[in-house]
Amino acid sequence: MIWLSWRQLRIQAAAAALGVAVAAIVLAVTGPRIAGLTGNIFDQLTQLDRWLYSAGIVVLAVTPVVLGAFLGAPLVAREVEGGTHRLAWTQSVTRGRWLATKLGLALTTAAVTMGVLALAVTWWADPLDAAQSETRGSLPSRITPVAFDMRGIVPVAYGVFAVALGVAVGAVVRRSLAAMAITLAVYVFVTVAVPIWVRPHLIPPVRQTVALGNDTLDGITMHGDGPNPPTTVTVHTANPADWVLSNQTLDPSGRAIDSLPSWFAQCLPPPPPVAAEKAGQGAASRNSLNACLQRLSDEGYRQQVIYQPASRFWSLQWAETGVFAVASGLLAWLTFWWVRRRLT
Amino acid sequence: MSTADSILSARGLGKRYRRRWALTDCTLDIPAGHVTGLVGPNGAGKTTLLNLAAGLLAPTTGTIEVCGGRPAAGPEQLAKVGYVAQDTPTYPGLSVRDHLEFGARLNPRWDAALARNRIDRLGLDPSQKAGRLSGGQRAQLALTLGLAKRPELLLLDEPLASLDPLARREFLQSLMEAVAEHGFSVVLSSHLVADLERVCDHLLVLVDSRVRVTGEVEELLASHRLLTGPRRDPASLPTGQRVVSASSTDVQSTLVVRTEGPILDPAWTVGALTLEDVVLAYLSPAEIGRPTLEVAR
Repeated sequence: MIWLSWRQLRIQAAAAALGVAVAAIVLAVTGPRIAGLTGNIFDQLTQLDRWLYSAGIVVLAVTPVVLGAFLGAPLVAREVEGGTHRLAWTQSVTRGRWLATKLGLALTTAAVTMGVLALAVTWWADPLDAAQSETRGSLPSRITPVAFDMRGIVPVAYGVFAVALGVAVGAVVRRSLAAMAITLAVYVFVTVAVPIWVRPHLIPPVRQTVALGNDTLDGITMHGDGPNPPTTVTVHTANPADWVLSNQTLDPSGRAIDSLPSWFAQCLPPPPPVAAEKAGQGAASRNSLNACLQRLSDEGYRQQVIYQPASRFWSLQWAETGVFAVASGLLAWLTFWWVRRRLT
Repeated sequence: MSTADSILSARGLGKRYRRRWALTDCTLDIPAGHVTGLVGPNGAGKTTLLNLAAGLLAPTTGTIEVCGGRPAAGPEQLAKVGYVAQDTPTYPGLSVRDHLEFGARLNPRWDAALARNRIDRLGLDPSQKAGRLSGGQRAQLALTLGLAKRPELLLLDEPLASLDPLARREFLQSLMEAVAEHGFSVVLSSHLVADLERVCDHLLVLVDSRVRVTGEVEELLASHRLLTGPRRDPASLPTGQRVVSASSTDVQSTLVVRTEGPILDPAWTVGALTLEDVVLAYLSPAEIGRPTLEVAR
């Protein structure tokens, strides 16, 4: 049975191996230079480095869904479409063993593909992830959504999940093309939904109340004109690499507010302080802003930040891997049940 | 006939697809050691019955036993039953050689010499992809897989449908040779009775998912008579003669009757029937008043 599964899978497996090999070679050639950089390494990144950083994210984002659509979805659906399941299921091998072998081999292929890719990308980006910097050269911290998905062990879980999803959908809908489309849609939805609704709560996030001051302030945005427009204040936590989930201004009674007191509008002279500072004439406005922030603090306004500390990277990785492993297990169970009881 | 010497037996077997019953209340026994033709109009439930026997389908009601066990209950049970499905599916991307490898790896009783010899004799190129074979060659490849599995019972679902007359003859001939050599049972479905006449020694006619008639071909031929004579009410025949089908003009009646004894009434002109005539008589809707269409045992 392994012979048949491998015979049916080997072209896809060879394509995956080739892709992984190319990616690994490119990263292996460019990685050592970044690892050897000293000082503020974000300033020394070339255009190619930044491009590769993005490419690593894109490749790891796209690969699971490609595996799910081309390896998972046709696994059962194509046999049913071609009628070959009637040939396969009437040999001296039970349906259960037939599916277990095919599914096992496909999941292993996906796990190995994603594992090698994730390892290579994690290794390549490690000097950047580990570096401490205020702005991080405008590259994301590894715990924030886009980078988190492309590091550590979660990519393996995504690959396994995508294939398990594809196989289950293919068994139920019995059409390769429809199964590929549904797998794509569901997988994309899951990868968008998880960082928004699931990952922040895998471990209860930290709530921290921060005094408003120049040292913590990230920015103040006023939405519209008028005497008391809606205003968003954002501050950062002690470690700029933390994943900030919510940034909320509280009034003296501890209620969340949308707009600051009306006097605050006078504190932000046009042009905005940052632009003025760059032009070399912003010291005065900065000072007046400091005074205003001081006055806000004195009146009892504070900023509440809800965040996942950067130190929780691995805990979150394991927790999310567990969630996807359970989901993959349920999908596999559904596939077995369906193929043995419902599929004809 | 008892269940003990049945290769396939069904009791109250039924299969429903969503709201449509493809097979209802089907009770039958197919004896071992025969080549049984399964005949019936389209939609009579032939494919459903064979799929149930192969274990591809699970019954909605009733039970079915094949080679003394529940179909597809386990590897040993699967090994006993060979199945060549309708349209003889093969893997288009695998070569002929790969298909033999597939059979060898998935079947403990695989007869590699038989498979190789058949492929040689058929003149199939082992490196040819199955997707490039003609319909007849593909059917032969599928039959080779079924035969080399060395089953106790080989089920063939409309294997002749896609073949031209020459390929049909070759296919049936190679099937008969294999049966003569290895002595397994065959159930072969078709709606072409003329083809079955050549190979089957046992017949089962399925109409509206019910067994209309079953028996040895010789016995069926011997016991059915075509009667032509002056018009008369079929109900007035002697009790030993059962009317299978009847048609009448103003002056003349034509009857197909089943009887064990001789026809004594001199008013009748007695004619012989071919197997096809007998089957067609059972397939045609009856126009007679008494319940004559019984299940022969």
